[in-house]
Amino acid sequence: MKMKPLFSVGGLCFLCFVLLSQVSAKNSEDIRCKCICPPYRDVEGQIYKQNVSLKDCNCLHVVEPMPVDGKDVEAYCLRCECKYEERSSGTIKVTIIMYLSILGLLLLYMVYLTLLEPMLKRRLFGHSQLIQSEDDVGDQQPFANAHNVLSRSHSRPNMLNKVEHAQQRWRRQVQEQRKSVFDRHVVLS
Amino acid sequence: MNGSGPTKLVDPLEDPLPGVGTYEDFNTIDWVREKSKDRDRHREITNKSRQSTVALLHSVSDAFSGWLLMLLVGLMAGALAGGIDIAAHWLTDLKGGVCLIGFWFNHEHCCWTSNETTFQERDRCPQWQSWAELITGTSEGAFAYIVNYLMYIFWALLFSFLAVILVRAFAPYACGSGIPEIKTILSGFIIRGYLGKWTLIIKTITLVLAVSSGLSLGKEGPLVHVACCCANILCHLFTKYRKNEAKRREVLSAAAAVGVSVAFGAPIGGVLFSLEEVSYYFPLKTLWRSFFAALVAAFTLRSINPFGNSRLVLFYVEFHAPWHLIELAPFILLGIFGGLWGVLFIKANIAWCRRRKSTRLGHYPIIEVLVVAALTALLAYPNSYTRMSGAELISELFNDCSLLDSSQLCGYKQPANVSETGVGNSLADRPAGEGLYTALWQLALALIFKMLITVITFGMKVPSGLFIPSMAVGAIAGRLLGVGMEQLAYYNHDWLIFRGWCSPGADCITPGLYAMVGAAACLGGVTRMTVSLVVIMFELTGGLEYIVPLMAATMTSKWVADAFGREGIYEAHIRLNGYPFLEAKEEFEHSSLAVDVMRPRRGDPALAVLTQDGMTVEEVENLVENTHYSGFPVVVSQESQRLVGFVLRRDLLISIDNARKRQDGIVGASLVVFTEHTPLQPPEAPPFLRLRSILDLSPFTVTDHTPMDITVDIFRKLGLRQCLVTHNGRLLGIITKKDILKHMAQIANRDPDSILFN
Repeated sequence: MKMKPLFSVGGLCFLCFVLLSQVSAKNSEDIRCKCICPPYRDVEGQIYKQNVSLKDCNCLHVVEPMPVDGKDVEAYCLRCECKYEERSSGTIKVTIIMYLSILGLLLLYMVYLTLLEPMLKRRLFGHSQLIQSEDDVGDQQPFANAHNVLSRSHSRPNMLNKVEHAQQRWRRQVQEQRKSVFDRHVVLS
Repeated sequence: MNGSGPTKLVDPLEDPLPGVGTYEDFNTIDWVREKSKDRDRHREITNKSRQSTVALLHSVSDAFSGWLLMLLVGLMAGALAGGIDIAAHWLTDLKGGVCLIGFWFNHEHCCWTSNETTFQERDRCPQWQSWAELITGTSEGAFAYIVNYLMYIFWALLFSFLAVILVRAFAPYACGSGIPEIKTILSGFIIRGYLGKWTLIIKTITLVLAVSSGLSLGKEGPLVHVACCCANILCHLFTKYRKNEAKRREVLSAAAAVGVSVAFGAPIGGVLFSLEEVSYYFPLKTLWRSFFAALVAAFTLRSINPFGNSRLVLFYVEFHAPWHLIELAPFILLGIFGGLWGVLFIKANIAWCRRRKSTRLGHYPIIEVLVVAALTALLAYPNSYTRMSGAELISELFNDCSLLDSSQLCGYKQPANVSETGVGNSLADRPAGEGLYTALWQLALALIFKMLITVITFGMKVPSGLFIPSMAVGAIAGRLLGVGMEQLAYYNHDWLIFRGWCSPGADCITPGLYAMVGAAACLGGVTRMTVSLVVIMFELTGGLEYIVPLMAATMTSKWVADAFGREGIYEAHIRLNGYPFLEAKEEFEHSSLAVDVMRPRRGDPALAVLTQDGMTVEEVENLVENTHYSGFPVVVSQESQRLVGFVLRRDLLISIDNARKRQDGIVGASLVVFTEHTPLQPPEAPPFLRLRSILDLSPFTVTDHTPMDITVDIFRKLGLRQCLVTHNGRLLGIITKKDILKHMAQIANRDPDSILFN
């Protein structure tokens, strides 16, 4: 099937595009310097955050207002730990939105397959007879034998029938898988 | 298959037919045939490359294609793993609340820039609202707690329901961990659709849902399956790997390494895992390529940066506190605990899965998932250590407490003189305070809960892994022991065992290290990993100083667990499903001969053979229809029974079918000829059907007095599917892989009918 290489190459290109776009777009809100200062004498523990760059990520620049006076500043700052952190909020946004859209599409397709398609097929009664007989073939033993290889390789005349044929074959495969996994518990316990 | 020779006859069926050389579903491949096919192809390309520049470029690109494929596999698997991590974090936090500045941020990222986080409550900020705050407006009080509880259960049920109906509707092969089936596939078995694109999509989407629903499962095993799916899909881009099943399995071995590498951020550990646990044939060439792919994947994951701080795994450990030789005793104790836990878990889980296979429990998979998710959510929410996800729990347990921590687990009593603490922020051992005591009993309850719930969760019809739950159990046990040792050392620092190295004011015992060692011991006890586990753990910690404790605990756990049963969880599941997996590590210690195991036995009908030029098409078809063997030996004649070769059923049927349609004159009475030169026939007889091209002229044979352990060794090392047995040069019978597995099951007093597949 020629679709497979195209599908995978297209998927790869999309992934690469996502990666590159996120690497290049740097929001100023996506960097920060986080300083954690433990309790010191009377002063409570505190966390300070600021979006400064890596060279300014130390206690003197980030801890404002400084809770101790001049001579204690050094001792206080020795205990504080400052870390520079980066994130990419664009990647997160794109990933979550892509995930939710794929999940939504799958759910819609599932609803269509289980509820809508039988209703539509019942309307087009004559067409459905041809498809029904193919569905019955899947009820036999799930382990394919050599004859099926040749019987399925007959080419259909036009494009729509090809798509329909591929979809029917896929549904038969899923049905066989479901039988072996869920009903007969033969594979995957 | 014989290579191309100078005396080729003009044969109308010269080009291989589509279908010849492929395998049926749920059958074993013929490794020898695939490897020799690849060698022939390579020889042909090398020979042609001397003729023109185009052919030379073709041969260079053929050699380079393996590396290009590894690069693509690493990129794709790394990208998918990054996406899974980000989505899983967000969905897990969605059970607790939602971010107002952008619904796609999880809790940590929502409060990333906020300045309202305090030292005591590091995750409180006004941008993140829990469900109780959104619905009722308050965040304190019993009513808010009940609302949060109910919303947590609602989300858990919704996610698990979505996961299981998607698996059921689109890709039933996407459930479970995937590692037992991948082990079987890598040993030569074919499961069509198991590594397909629908399985990949559904496994990725439902893995996120299953992990986020609070169920006690991890995502490491399923990530190996995802990586192998990526590799299988990308193999279709390259002819060299698409057409050859043996070469494809080399790529799949590398992909298994990639899977573990992105799960833990441990490329070397991933390669060793693939070598030790998953692969069957692992040539040295694959070692280098797997490492390359694992590094590419780790690098891709790092650049996607799912954790916001350039780390690969959530529980990367940073402490380097030293340990003392006396502490080996509690480490060995943890190893014993890990081994016992492994044995109990395997027995309990296999019993539960067997019940699921055979009784009515297996008829209601969706309800089972919902009930287990509801039970988990109901019992997990009140305890803060079971409410958090497995990886977060492990990361908190591995953490070494310093002055900068304010969690409950670090709730020690403050020392009297605050200004005189140890170097930097590392602290001397301190007595436990209120917070720590609360944490300890909560952790004990969490331990019991996790031990029980993981038994019924692993193996359900959603993607489920068990690395994280096992490590969590071990980490909790280790931390409890570590805190116990720490307090013991603090209150009794003048005992003999503590004197000298644990004086008051020194930081001698690190409970985080005990948690790490406990996690390794429990994971080793369940999976029986040895080298790969130690390497993964030390890649997680980033240092070699803890190798000795890890090795001590892992070795002890493996020895204790092996004393009760030699199988790890994956081998036990292979045995449960009846896959035809010939275990490479088992030894065959019985003194039977080949003649005892071969078929036909006494009283069975005679061996079904074909003659090289004595049978008609109709007779061959009848023989094939009446029996269900997947291959037939070809002999010179029925009287002499001298062996010519072996032919596969599938190839026979396809060739005969094709000849009947395409070649004119082939009827039922046509003679089937396997020889090079056709016999003489009167001119009005129908034309011959030449099938020499599908005949394997070099089948493996053993004599009837060959001991079975040599025969089993031959099967393992060469990856054979069947072997013919001869006596005095005449064909006597046949031994297949299934016969060997049944024989081994009979010897071990197991039911030989549990081997289901061919």
